[in-house]
Amino acid sequence: MQRTHVNCTVNGDQVDFLATDDTSLLNALRDELGLISVKEGCGTGDCGACTIVVDDKINCACLMFAPEAEGLTITTVEGMALGEQLHPLQQTFLEGAALQCGVCTPGFLVAAKALLDRNPDPTETEIRYALAGNLCRCTGYDKIIRATQEAAVQMQTSKQRGAST
Amino acid sequence: MTVATKPRPYKYVGTRPVRHDGLEKVTGKARFAADLNMTAQLHGAFVRSPHAHARIISIDTSKAEAMPGVKAVVTGADFPNLDIKHPEFDTAVNIMARDEALYNGHAVAAVAALSAKQAKAAAAAVEVHYEALPAVLTIEEALADDAPIANFKNRTLFTKDTEPSNLASINQFDRGDIAAGFAQADIIVEREFTTTAVHQGYIEPHACVADCGQDGKVTIWASSQGHFAVRSKTADSLGWSTDRIKVIPAEIGGGFGGKTTIYLEPVAALLSQKAARPVKLVMTREEVLRATGPAPATKIHAKLGATTDGTLTTLASTMYFDNGSTKGYSALTGAMSVASYKLPNLELHAIGTVTNTPRSAAYRAPSAPQAAFAVETLIDEIAQHLNLDPIELRLKNAVVEGDLTAMGVPHPKIGFVETLEAIKNSDHYNSPIPKGAGRGVATGFWFNIGEQSSATVNLNEDGTAAVITGSPDIGGSRASMALMAAEELGLAVDRITPIVADTESVGFTDITEGSRATFATGMAVVNACRELISELQQRAATIRGVDIEQVEWVDGTAQIEGQDPLSIAEITALAKKTGGPLTATASLNAAGAGPSFAVHVADVAVDEETGVAKILRYTAAQDAGTAIHPSYVEGQIQGGSVQGIGWALNEEYIYDSNGEMENASFLDYRMPVASDLPMIDPIIVEVPNPSHPYGVRGVGETGIVPPIPTLANAIADACGVRMTALPMSPPRLLAALNQRNGN
Repeated sequence: MQRTHVNCTVNGDQVDFLATDDTSLLNALRDELGLISVKEGCGTGDCGACTIVVDDKINCACLMFAPEAEGLTITTVEGMALGEQLHPLQQTFLEGAALQCGVCTPGFLVAAKALLDRNPDPTETEIRYALAGNLCRCTGYDKIIRATQEAAVQMQTSKQRGAST
Repeated sequence: MTVATKPRPYKYVGTRPVRHDGLEKVTGKARFAADLNMTAQLHGAFVRSPHAHARIISIDTSKAEAMPGVKAVVTGADFPNLDIKHPEFDTAVNIMARDEALYNGHAVAAVAALSAKQAKAAAAAVEVHYEALPAVLTIEEALADDAPIANFKNRTLFTKDTEPSNLASINQFDRGDIAAGFAQADIIVEREFTTTAVHQGYIEPHACVADCGQDGKVTIWASSQGHFAVRSKTADSLGWSTDRIKVIPAEIGGGFGGKTTIYLEPVAALLSQKAARPVKLVMTREEVLRATGPAPATKIHAKLGATTDGTLTTLASTMYFDNGSTKGYSALTGAMSVASYKLPNLELHAIGTVTNTPRSAAYRAPSAPQAAFAVETLIDEIAQHLNLDPIELRLKNAVVEGDLTAMGVPHPKIGFVETLEAIKNSDHYNSPIPKGAGRGVATGFWFNIGEQSSATVNLNEDGTAAVITGSPDIGGSRASMALMAAEELGLAVDRITPIVADTESVGFTDITEGSRATFATGMAVVNACRELISELQQRAATIRGVDIEQVEWVDGTAQIEGQDPLSIAEITALAKKTGGPLTATASLNAAGAGPSFAVHVADVAVDEETGVAKILRYTAAQDAGTAIHPSYVEGQIQGGSVQGIGWALNEEYIYDSNGEMENASFLDYRMPVASDLPMIDPIIVEVPNPSHPYGVRGVGETGIVPPIPTLANAIADACGVRMTALPMSPPRLLAALNQRNGN
């Protein structure tokens, strides 16, 4: 079957891969680029376990075909930490016990980061609606919401500290 | 918030360290079964029955075998036929149909090919000739006088019946005299309750990789709650000896009871053997919903009597639990779940039915939530009629140590009264009910289990440690094992590495189920640590040239009067000179599991125009015995509560008249999302279990028991409608409101 040569930016790196027209972006990211954080929980865009950032907007990787990624900029949770430093959300999820089995965690982190990037000081309700596209069956969401609130506070504080120095 | 019965005497137990497996999970590196790939791996796909019930006349695989990339095809004919009395007979039949397809979605063949796409195409080319048979889809249909037989191989458990039947099991528990008990009662309430099947809803679909060598030995990477059980069930299904099968646990993406049984591994092993290459099987979400374990649908008739002072005198209940296509989860535990009240007179009939729907599987406190829905609703009605506080009424009847469970076994030391009091004294229960809303309370019980566990503790050369167990970690148990080892050894938690090892690297360990891992496997860890401490004392005595009696172990050091203490690191550094590496192993069949009780309270507003029940506030108290890692105890309480909330308000299996599931996706099988919920406030009650070195009871399951009746009681308080059928979804609640209004 004919395959398309796809060029895109993934987690800051220029990458390319071959994919048939009916390959999902989810499968391409996992099988061609080894980005196993992108999980398939449903394959129909209902669980959010494959949430990625595509050109500044979150998307379910299972709902895109791989050739659609041509020229786009994609971020997964593998690209979230800054070198040796975890992103504040990764840290607050760890410290706040915001994960149990961990299979939904990458999708939640990507969605929560996208929220805080556009709204640094969200209310609890805004967080709950921003994460409503991600299913978690273990935690009841409580600690995920709290970890997101805590990360927002920390990011605001460090931003203010940065501005005052 | 924690209500402790005494000051915490521990240094590490009860603290909240970052879990050891956390970093891999927040950076996306953790490997679940579907993330594993082997060299020269094939991909599999299933052929599934489109009929709810059919005789399989023939299967022609020749076209499929000739398709591009296809390397192996298996059907029921490739599997041995187990004796009908074999304990895994039903599991084996569920994994692959033989001559009878028992539900829509039942596996009838499987294919392995170079790509998943090729496997799927080949599966579609397998030609199965069915003779459709009459199907039964509901409890009522299964019980009808002229009902067709749903499964010709089913025989009723706990009876001497030898003919096929639509009954899976019959149990009865009696005590006292129910006629006299009802005669003594001043008030009697009686209702019938129905619930549909619901799914455990783990986000990770079932997946495995099997690699069978030319020597007939297979290595299986599996996502399961118990890899030793994967080994034994695979061995039984294939008729292979245990030594031919090694199971390596992958990270598990949620189980909740649903991954205590198996669906894929024997099929992957056989395909791999035929193809002589590794085979990966991954279910789609649709397959998960159509062919893996829902919790049973139920129909429960219950009648409860009380005297005017609120003393419960008598309960009579007949509980039907639909097992699905083969014996799955029995009604037995549902009947046991009414063990929270003294109830001198009791008559419980627990009956399992068989229908042409997916085989049921365990789901968190299996069968207890449905039973609690019935009993806790009736108790609420009695409190309402007698104008008694629902917590006071329950306190009046609550079981304490020595009272009998429904099975006639006396309760050990339990914390039901303390848990009721925790809610009674909570800020939530003492706050005014929001205007227009209603408040409901309900309780839950789960007995918890012990079973077999093994642990090995290895001290490294520098005095750090590895704690190796065979219990898959489904909610933070590795952190719990490390905390208990830290407490025993006097070693900081981050110097201990907890590991879940494969079936050939650690002693036999039963499934992570029944809230047993932290309790039973924790005991094995503690025992191994204690053996290690004896050895450390011996080594210290050798190093210092004193008698072992002169060595005391205090806070992670060997203390010898008049000498400097020796740390673990100082002892391990000299291990080579004092007798070799320091390691200890312990195995046990744990007795003394501590029953756990939960009490929940919710404030709910009902939108009379849409029928939406909105939860405004939710508080859940539970007796943990001792919370080893309080954050993950809270997580169990919160997660269980929200699964119960989903079960109560939205989740249901919907079948068409041909037995095809109409809502086999996460869009239409509607689980709770973040915006549906408020915070779930947990209250950890600690009444230590005297049978565990740290007082652990096990906390995984009880939290799912109270939510259904808690919300039903809150809805009744809010709008005067008693809901007796689940889910209490907007259309059903709206219909009930219309009925109340006389429309």
